[in-house]
Amino acid sequence: MSHIFSLIKKDLLLELRQQYSFYGLLLYGAATLFLLFMAIESPEANIWNGLFWITQLFICINAVAKAFLQESRGRMLYYFTLNHPTSFILAKLFYNGILMLAMSAISLLFFLVLMGNPVDKMGAFVGMVFLGGFSLSLVFGFLAAIAARAQQNAAVMAIMGFPVIIPQVVLLMRLSSTAFSPLVSIPIPTILLLLALDALVILLAVILFPFLWKD
Amino acid sequence: MTILLLAYTFIAGLLGPVPRLPPLQETIRNLYFHVCMWFAMMILFMISLVHSIRYLSTLQPKLDRAARLYAGTGILFGLLGYGTGAIWASFTWADPNIPLLDSFSTIARDPKLIGAAVALLVYAAYMILRDSINDIDKRARISAVYNIFAFVLLFPAIWILPRVLPSLHPGNEGNPALDVENDISADMRIVFYPAVVGWTLLGIWITQLKIRLQVLAGKKFGL
Repeated sequence: MSHIFSLIKKDLLLELRQQYSFYGLLLYGAATLFLLFMAIESPEANIWNGLFWITQLFICINAVAKAFLQESRGRMLYYFTLNHPTSFILAKLFYNGILMLAMSAISLLFFLVLMGNPVDKMGAFVGMVFLGGFSLSLVFGFLAAIAARAQQNAAVMAIMGFPVIIPQVVLLMRLSSTAFSPLVSIPIPTILLLLALDALVILLAVILFPFLWKD
Repeated sequence: MTILLLAYTFIAGLLGPVPRLPPLQETIRNLYFHVCMWFAMMILFMISLVHSIRYLSTLQPKLDRAARLYAGTGILFGLLGYGTGAIWASFTWADPNIPLLDSFSTIARDPKLIGAAVALLVYAAYMILRDSINDIDKRARISAVYNIFAFVLLFPAIWILPRVLPSLHPGNEGNPALDVENDISADMRIVFYPAVVGWTLLGIWITQLKIRLQVLAGKKFGL
């Protein structure tokens, strides 16, 4: 457990010391949004929803990809001697989750400022955004581990990730669309389903990562 | 092994033609082909999954080869399923007043079609991932991990999503579930179950042939 925390702390420290990558990510999100802002003026609620999640997806790929790809081969070997693979992957996943929560909050803010605010139940929507950002980062975190082991770039990660993530994104979009109209109540089973999927991803990552790890 | 394979051949050969003789009305005959294709696809993907899991626990290269080839045959059956489904849909779902291509985007929104598309995309990605890695051991291990990960995430989603989203499937009877027991009569069931087994065995047979071909090719080049 303390291993996990120290690994997360190490990643956060690295992030703070090399802030260019975080700002790069921020700029990526802002630039994407500005393009959308230029392309569409005040979209309807469902288009807003769709655009928001697609943007989240792309931000997530870029945010998570570097978590593994930044680690050089030598450094991976170093971690290998120090840690159990389970604590390593858990630390990476949770660190990605934290990063993605921050990015979700920022991009939601940008969206509200630039694209108008069609959201009716704001509190619930923010919760869904965090849940969604976290779910996306979990799946892509593990796929980034695969891509990094295969010595591939983020494009391969996107190829592997999009089909796998579709069901989750569909569920998320359906869920969040309920936050736009005052009449529809929020379906609790869908939230539980998403949480169950998250738990499943973590479980799979813990089981499968040791196989990826050893060379 | 060869005897086993020949047994497969005979079973598949004998059961394969059975679906072609049903004495029932017109488009419903497609059930024996279309639905069986999907069943065969799912079963082949599952076999591929089992091989991947066994590969990770034993690290025998032949299991990895089997996993890859079963996935390949699964993709083939998936594409055939789309083909037969498209023919079926063009007679039942498509609006005759609109050209088929225009009504495609509404048909393709059906959750089962989405699920099938996702499954095919996943396995296409699996193939690309495999081919992108040069080191044989690494390729085997990484693609086995992806195979398991994708399958486990994908198939619950395929089975859950159609129950969450509204569906047109099976559509023409207006009965929204893949409930084989209720949808089809006893007469059809007699043909349907053997047909599923037959198509699945055909898929397994094709794959076994491909595996043997690869083994022979490997031997020829002294591997």
